[in-house]
Amino acid sequence: MKKLKHFALSAIAALTVTTAVADNVVPDTVDFTIPFGVGGGTDVWGRFMAPNLTAHIDGNPTIVIKNQPGGGSITGTNLFYKRAKDDGSNIIGTSASTLFPYMLGDKRVRFKLDEWTPILASPTGGVVYVQPDLGIESSAEVSELLDQELKFASQGPTQLELPILIALDLLGADVKPVFGMKSRGAGRLAFERGEATIDFQTSSAYMSSVQSLVDAGKAIPMFSVGVMNGAGNIVRDPAFPDVPTFEEAYETVHGKKPSGMQYDVYRKFLAAGFAFQKVIFVPSDAPSDVIASYNDAVRKMIADGNFQKEAAVQIGPYQNAVGLDIAQYLSDAVNISPEMYTWIKDWLKSEFNYKL
Amino acid sequence: MSVLLSALDQVMSVMHLSYLMLGVVIGLVVGIIPGLGGIAGMSLLLPFIYGMDASVGLGMLMGLVAVVPTGDTFTSVLMGIPGSSSSQATVMDGFPLAKKGQAARALSAAFLSSMIGGVVGAIILSLFILVARPVVLAFSSAELFMLTLLGLSVVASLSGGSVFKGLAACGMGLLVGTIGGAPATGDFRFTFDVDYLYDGIPLIIVGLGIFALPEIISLLIRNKAIASEGNQLGHGLGQGLKDVLKNLPLVGRSSVFGSLVGAIPGLGGSVVDWMTYSFAMGASKDKSQFGKGEIKGVIAPESANNACSCGSMVPTILFGVPGSGAAAVFLGGMLLLGIQPGVTMVTTHLDLTYTIIWSLALANILGAALCIFLTRPISLLTYIKFSVLAPVILTLILFAAYQATRSLGDFVALGGIALIGVMMKSANWPRPAFLIGFVLSAGAENYFFQSIQFYGDSWFTRPGVLIIAALIACGLLVPPLFRKWVAKKRQLDRGLDEAPSTNFSADIWIAGFFLVVAIVFGYKVFDEQLLTKAFPLIAITILGVSSVMVIAQHIKNRGLVETSEIRQGIIYILGFFIMSFLYFEVGFLVTTFLFTLLFIYFFAKGGIFKSSAIAFGLLVFLLVMGRVMSVDYPEGLLDGYVLTIANMI
Repeated sequence: MKKLKHFALSAIAALTVTTAVADNVVPDTVDFTIPFGVGGGTDVWGRFMAPNLTAHIDGNPTIVIKNQPGGGSITGTNLFYKRAKDDGSNIIGTSASTLFPYMLGDKRVRFKLDEWTPILASPTGGVVYVQPDLGIESSAEVSELLDQELKFASQGPTQLELPILIALDLLGADVKPVFGMKSRGAGRLAFERGEATIDFQTSSAYMSSVQSLVDAGKAIPMFSVGVMNGAGNIVRDPAFPDVPTFEEAYETVHGKKPSGMQYDVYRKFLAAGFAFQKVIFVPSDAPSDVIASYNDAVRKMIADGNFQKEAAVQIGPYQNAVGLDIAQYLSDAVNISPEMYTWIKDWLKSEFNYKL
Repeated sequence: MSVLLSALDQVMSVMHLSYLMLGVVIGLVVGIIPGLGGIAGMSLLLPFIYGMDASVGLGMLMGLVAVVPTGDTFTSVLMGIPGSSSSQATVMDGFPLAKKGQAARALSAAFLSSMIGGVVGAIILSLFILVARPVVLAFSSAELFMLTLLGLSVVASLSGGSVFKGLAACGMGLLVGTIGGAPATGDFRFTFDVDYLYDGIPLIIVGLGIFALPEIISLLIRNKAIASEGNQLGHGLGQGLKDVLKNLPLVGRSSVFGSLVGAIPGLGGSVVDWMTYSFAMGASKDKSQFGKGEIKGVIAPESANNACSCGSMVPTILFGVPGSGAAAVFLGGMLLLGIQPGVTMVTTHLDLTYTIIWSLALANILGAALCIFLTRPISLLTYIKFSVLAPVILTLILFAAYQATRSLGDFVALGGIALIGVMMKSANWPRPAFLIGFVLSAGAENYFFQSIQFYGDSWFTRPGVLIIAALIACGLLVPPLFRKWVAKKRQLDRGLDEAPSTNFSADIWIAGFFLVVAIVFGYKVFDEQLLTKAFPLIAITILGVSSVMVIAQHIKNRGLVETSEIRQGIIYILGFFIMSFLYFEVGFLVTTFLFTLLFIYFFAKGGIFKSSAIAFGLLVFLLVMGRVMSVDYPEGLLDGYVLTIANMI
């Protein structure tokens, strides 16, 4: 046994030496934690990114995807927080459902986002659409929505739909959410069955499954969540240039631009849920040259024409961002001021009787 | 039509066939290993399909998805461990058949019915996919709720002698199923501040705990080979094939039913096998052998689960909403191949859809043929003395359980459920009723509230709802009436004669335990808002009232003595807790090796050569699995060293 242990220890030493000697700063094997099951949106995104990252990092490290589902991604992210090595060989891919519980102070959350550095962020957009039998013919008539009860098939009060629920409330719509949908896809099915009268999908799902409904006159787009431009303003989504943004819809209804606490909270969750919908993080304790090398790789990858073409098909027509460039925005987006926290807490309680 | 044939032409190309075969082989391997299902197989394949030609990649994925419900029969029949969630009903009669020495018969019957089920499913799929859209859309939350009720009504025919035991077990299952987030509000229930419980207890844990572990414990207590009766292996293979041919109408009905349930998103494979199982039971004149080794109890679920995996492609392809767990992963694969599911799959991409269907049919045939070929050598396992197999099986069970969420919680939950399982088994309580309650709990609650919120009070006047309600009424009323009629005719009622011998002292312990659970859970949930507590309170009422009735019956019939098996069983469960703790803390690989070695050497008196060979073999198996499938084990204290050495080789 002693001999075995000695052998094992020397083996470990040997391995450590080899990694230290290698020229490339990013370790040869990188564990890429995906805190969701195989085949889900974040998993597909991660599996798309992994080979592209490999190709652009010096030394072409092997990136191994580790799925760790549970707790709507909280479990896997907690484990990553606890166990990740700080040599840059462990990275994690998160989604809106990782950031929201963090922002809402879910007591299961043990991870601290401010101890991690983003290296890549993938944004998405989304569109809200309604049934044609509500008596509305186009997004210009959005005011007509206000005097009827709208049924919205949703996953839950604190899921990806949260900013949409806040926005519809801000607009003054009488939305009656039906919770418990297994996915956004299940919500869309409820809309197609005519059970739900209003629905929302992220860009890629909208393009693949809702556009055909719109073309057939079975759905009418109302507004998109838009995208943020360089100056920090929300502008029309390049994927849906004909669909007004929420801000435009609000102006149509109320005759002024949205502002105030509720709008600020909306913008927070919009940023975390959409602008930074998928993020790859590395622990900030990783050596700075490793982090720099990841960022360089992402920058090269994003500029690569082939990647852009494939990414447009796989994850939508949005510009992916280098972690370094958006780190400040991201940390702003996920940090909720005490006033905002009180507001969202009270709002969830009064709207859905949901206790934070 | 020409699209159909050109797709066949494409499927038959060497390139396509060889990738399909690769998918089939991997599907069989992950199917055979308990705890790994289509999902694990996919994670193995997904990295390779990226950038592949779409039709070839789809063929490989289809090969895998199609045969998982075929391969998972091996452990269900041979060891009583459900290989994946779709073969839990197969355990009910498959394992008793293995105990009778008829493993080969059960397996070959299962494989042939899987094959037929899969092919029938593919045929239905190819016609149905063109017209399915309105049909799938016709199943709203109200109809889905009624379907869950249909599933629950099955409990009545599974409870054997005592209706109250069946109801109590079902209520317990429903209640355990409500642990975690409430679908209608997002509130968390019964989590007792344990992180593990926030997601609810995984199905695989419940299946292993309620069936597999209690079986193993009772086999260990008796310590014989699994097959305790004469060796009929030689004849079994052909007999099983003949059994299927004799029951072709049953196979046909189960396959059609399976593919239809699969086509409706929301219920999935874990329900369909139980439903067909109870239909097979309801339709046969002699029910006495069900649960004791009735071949029909193997044929029905096995035809249904392969057909179901074909059917589940309908919503996946047409709506991008997966009809089952494996279909969810397949959906991910489609997206990786750059194919968007949706209406275009039956218009512009119809060729791809037919490629999927042909691959499904072909994979079902190839997979079943391979399995039948393997049946004879593999079923010899049942003639090995059980104490030699026990450490291997325990390791497999822990391995399977750990894949659920990869935490110590998996082992603790498994032990807890197994405790209920051991008690229920030794006192002859219907364990399937528990499992059905558990499986349908979330669906029943979710669809109930959704249909009320969408339709108000008018939901129960929908035509679909009325049709299913009529079906349920038929299912509940016809069999007892029919039985009475047969009894009158023959002056013999087997249904009552065969009431299982019950152990009343054990009954009162179990009913008492259930009653305590009902009270504690009731107290816990009472202050929650209405939508959060309504469904658990219904489950608690069923559980509480039935438990009280069981106790009342016991007091009326007192005087029976307690057997020692239940006490021994509880001691073994304690042993299990200690072992699983060691597996977790010391290291999975090291504990597997040492425990197997010591157990076989001392307990099974296996000799030093045999014990070290098995222990070493198991270790190598786990290491290979870890490497090839990128499976993780609890590292504990010592596994780091083993892994370092293994990585050097």
